[in-house]
Amino acid sequence: MAPDLILILPEILLAVFAMAALLVGAFGGGDIRARPILWGVAAFMALVGLLVGLNPPAVGTAFGGAFTLDGFARFAKAGILLGAAILLLMSEDFLRRRGLLRFEFPVLIALATLGMMVMVSASDLMTLYMGIELQALALYVVAALDRDSPRSTEAGLKYFVLGALSSGLLLYGASLVYGYAGTTLFSGIVAAAAAGEGPQLGLLLGLVLMLTGLAFKVSAVPFHMWTPDVYEGAPTPVTAFFATVPKLAALALFARLVHEAFGAIAADWRQIVAFLSVASMFLGAVAAIGQTDIKRLMAYSSISHMGFALMGLAAGTEFGVQALLIYAAIYVVMNIGTFAFILSMEKDGEPVSEIASLNMYSAIAPGRALALMVLLFSLAGVPPLVGFFGKLYVIRAAVQADMVWLAVAAVIASVIAAFYYLRIVYLMYFGAPREGLDGGMAPAQWIALSASALAMVLGVINLFGIEGLAAAAAATLAGA
Amino acid sequence: MLQIILFAPLLGALIAGFLHRIIGEAAATWTATGLLFLSAALSWVVFLTFDGVTQQIPLLTFIESGRLAVDWAIRLDRLTAIMLVVVGTVSALVHLYSHGYMAHDDNFRDGESYRPRFFAYLSLFTFAMLLLVTADNLVQLFVGWEGVGLASYLLIGFYYRKPSANAAAIKAFIVNRVGDFGFMLGMAALFFATQSLDFDTVFAEAPALAETRVTFLGMAPTAANLIGLLLFLGAMGKSAQLFLHTWLPDAMEGPTPVSALIHAATMVTAGVFLVCRMSPIYEFAPVALMAVLVVGTATAVMAATIGLVQSDIKRVIAWSTCSQLGYMFAAAGAGVYSAAMFHLFTHAFFKALLFLGAGSVIHAMHHEQEMPNYGGLRKKLPWTFAAMLIGTLAITGVGIPLTHIGFAGFLSKDAVIESVFAGDPEWTFWAILGAASLTSFYSWRLIFLTFFGAPRGNPTTHDHAHESPWTMLVPLGVLSLGAIFSGMIWYNSFFGKTDEVARFFGIPYVAASEAPGDDHASDGHAAEPADVARRAEEAHDSHHGAFAGLPGEGALYIAPDNTTLDDAHNVPKWVKVAPFGAMSTGLLVAILFYLIAPGLPARLAGATRPVYLFLYNRWYFDALYDAVFIRGARGLGRLFWKRGDGAVIDGAINGVAMGVVPAVTRAAGRMQSGLLYTYAFTMVLGVVLLLGWVMWRAAL
Repeated sequence: MAPDLILILPEILLAVFAMAALLVGAFGGGDIRARPILWGVAAFMALVGLLVGLNPPAVGTAFGGAFTLDGFARFAKAGILLGAAILLLMSEDFLRRRGLLRFEFPVLIALATLGMMVMVSASDLMTLYMGIELQALALYVVAALDRDSPRSTEAGLKYFVLGALSSGLLLYGASLVYGYAGTTLFSGIVAAAAAGEGPQLGLLLGLVLMLTGLAFKVSAVPFHMWTPDVYEGAPTPVTAFFATVPKLAALALFARLVHEAFGAIAADWRQIVAFLSVASMFLGAVAAIGQTDIKRLMAYSSISHMGFALMGLAAGTEFGVQALLIYAAIYVVMNIGTFAFILSMEKDGEPVSEIASLNMYSAIAPGRALALMVLLFSLAGVPPLVGFFGKLYVIRAAVQADMVWLAVAAVIASVIAAFYYLRIVYLMYFGAPREGLDGGMAPAQWIALSASALAMVLGVINLFGIEGLAAAAAATLAGA
Repeated sequence: MLQIILFAPLLGALIAGFLHRIIGEAAATWTATGLLFLSAALSWVVFLTFDGVTQQIPLLTFIESGRLAVDWAIRLDRLTAIMLVVVGTVSALVHLYSHGYMAHDDNFRDGESYRPRFFAYLSLFTFAMLLLVTADNLVQLFVGWEGVGLASYLLIGFYYRKPSANAAAIKAFIVNRVGDFGFMLGMAALFFATQSLDFDTVFAEAPALAETRVTFLGMAPTAANLIGLLLFLGAMGKSAQLFLHTWLPDAMEGPTPVSALIHAATMVTAGVFLVCRMSPIYEFAPVALMAVLVVGTATAVMAATIGLVQSDIKRVIAWSTCSQLGYMFAAAGAGVYSAAMFHLFTHAFFKALLFLGAGSVIHAMHHEQEMPNYGGLRKKLPWTFAAMLIGTLAITGVGIPLTHIGFAGFLSKDAVIESVFAGDPEWTFWAILGAASLTSFYSWRLIFLTFFGAPRGNPTTHDHAHESPWTMLVPLGVLSLGAIFSGMIWYNSFFGKTDEVARFFGIPYVAASEAPGDDHASDGHAAEPADVARRAEEAHDSHHGAFAGLPGEGALYIAPDNTTLDDAHNVPKWVKVAPFGAMSTGLLVAILFYLIAPGLPARLAGATRPVYLFLYNRWYFDALYDAVFIRGARGLGRLFWKRGDGAVIDGAINGVAMGVVPAVTRAAGRMQSGLLYTYAFTMVLGVVLLLGWVMWRAAL
């Protein structure tokens, strides 16, 4: 049992810490302790993230194969933990000024993060579901964090109902798969799929239902409907969280499930993933054009970006997984920077999310406008910024897997998507002047914004070595 | 030393161009001028001390790509040395002259800085030109070739507020591009045939090129002919020869010092230099050489006729330049490259002199360039008048017939005419002789209209006319010396006895006793029995042996069967006198028309109006090109722009971007109703869709 516990040690540490934080909050004066708890959770998560990312590769499976810690899981976990820590720090100022800084927030985020860590390590249908539900339950609550705001509660409720539906679909799929394979272990499922002759309809139906459940998590079309409403309604820090870390976790789980459990029938799921990918890219690109609210716009933007990331998965190759990881990592960094800016958008002390309020922002805050411009260019995939390389990787993966049509579609979609990113840049620099934003920017937000913008520029040199890490991670999942 | 000659102008250009804000305008421009004088002085040292042995000074490796290996090296032989002094001297004097000429310019606003830019361009031009003449391979030559083209473009369009100057600059660039296309094809053909672009390697291969046949545009010329013709196309563009000449008169939009430097003395002679440099190829390319002769002769005549009726003083000289370049090509085409270089050399002096003189007149007359508004300026501008007179005496070829005493043009032009007579075919001789009398007429016409008679035009301008400052007169003086003496001093070197020419150009040489001189005389020119018979009568000592050596040895290569130089020395006496007669005819007619009976030209023009209009409109070349190429290209461009780009591409993109995409956006917006059951329904629909798809595939 001891080796099992060592593999799951990061999760245990985080769980214990979260419980301790909850106790401190509950019995130590409530929201007065919210700030130290937030800082403590963020610091602890960053610490655990570094531990997972840097410690010598203690890899293996635990609990009878239900839990896997490999290079892939470590890559994803490090990203999840560090991303979550940064988001917490960025949010503190916003929450405090709106009176939303409750001690439950960091605790819930920690629990959601814990769920995500379990997700990316899952190698059993039970573990998978446990991880998903743990993070989802925590997120349902934070979506409705601003419980006095109708829109926030609406967002929480919508997310919960639709999430429950998707969980049902997922569970139904899982039960079908179990019924067919006779085991919940991924390794057993893949063996059963490989052993079968001809089309195995039961397994396929289970696969499709499970994929729809995961597609909901990554907000892939047509399971994306919740995204714009929840993003808009939830408090901005929650939106920022939704848009980044859970996406990374869901993508990682997606990749692990299709490769480890259904690697033997890749031809079947590749088409489904490709469809999800194209539909997401185009809908995300086209629907965002009509948006006037930057949070809704970022929702569609994330739908479109998930389409691109899934393209790497649709390739069904090791390089495809590497491309997916690179894309997801870059996406998280870009979105952290962009949301750091959105968090700072306010006028007369009230948060603002209208795009039109950015008109001639370059005259108000040239430095921030410049950083945002870099991020938007990167989101649009303009070379030579890092965002371009993310797209380049996934498109290469598609081309190498003989899915040229998908690559062409991706390029067209990215052209359409470029419009709304560039429109914001246009408004910031050439828009009709009007009363714009006022208010400053908290140090943590400013650091996140400028650091991520800088990363988009400097990352051109070698992508901060993420390419090699992603390659190693992908090799453990899809290699050989 | 050669490195200093080459790079001093570049340094000057950089200092004048980039440092003038720091060190001040005057310091910057005088530094550039000083560096040019240094370069010019060293050029003379090189020219006078050069022993005729080809030297190569490697500077660095330029390109290595597959089998193409090109070094950057300075090639010093007699051709280079000649060009060095021509370029260095004229450029240094033009720099000096520009201090006076460009001191005030109405084309720029008060306080606007334009002088450093002007000097930077001039120095940059000089550097590019030196790069061209010191090239050791065709690629390097081409770099210089394009560099002078760029400088020419910048300087023609120097008055960038004048639309006509911009148009002229673009025209010069584009017309040259046509020629450059030929040049590049020629280089490609040469590389294709010899796997090298180094002069040494290429020249050694020249005999083989004459044997090789290549297929080009459905014909099968020899490689030598093809390469010769293609390279000549480049030379035609740069040297403004017939069909590609239309840019040169328009180039007069540039400041006058530019016209003197680039469009008279140096850049436009690059084509002649190229033909002479490639003489080992041309000696094996009879068809190409004939083309050079014919085009050169035709240009000489065409440009001279147009020059007769132009009224803008600079354009007259420009057409004269065009015509004189035709002379040089004619001499080269006849096979006497040394005569071509001789005329290039002397022409640089007297044509730069004429241009700078004209600039002095224009300066004095407040940028009035129309000769009908001049008249009687002799007394107002005595020094300028003297200089222009010397230039005119030189270009028309005044000298004592049958001796070697006369102005520079007398010796070099007579050398050209005799060479053409000695070559084939005979009509070229008569054509070029006729052009000589036309030259004389329009040159004197310029002098008479400008300096004689009563003042015409705006009286105030005439009242304010004044002699130019010393910075402008000193160059006139120096160039006058060149226009007077350069022919007499170097006659024997360029066009003397075969052994002297051979020594001067470093060509291996076989003495008369060893050379089978009479053999090749009889087989070389069987078409002219009279000539052969005459030469048989002449004493043996009139033959001076023959050129020898292999292609690539010495600055020029003259094939053993090319005896035109020798023949040119033995032309009949009447041929030697003929140019003087032609010159006198032109002079006398000019005196009659413009001094004795000033009303005559107008009456003649009225009586022969179609001819006059034909000449005045420059043989309608511009109109023709406008109708065929410009309108044609514009029509084609309009087709692609309006129909292809506008209707098809933009239409499709705009249709999608403004029609389809917004419609989908609206539809997506409507779908996003905010109602929970819609969302759930969509998800279920998605699930059904995917399940249906999978089942349909499984059923297959």
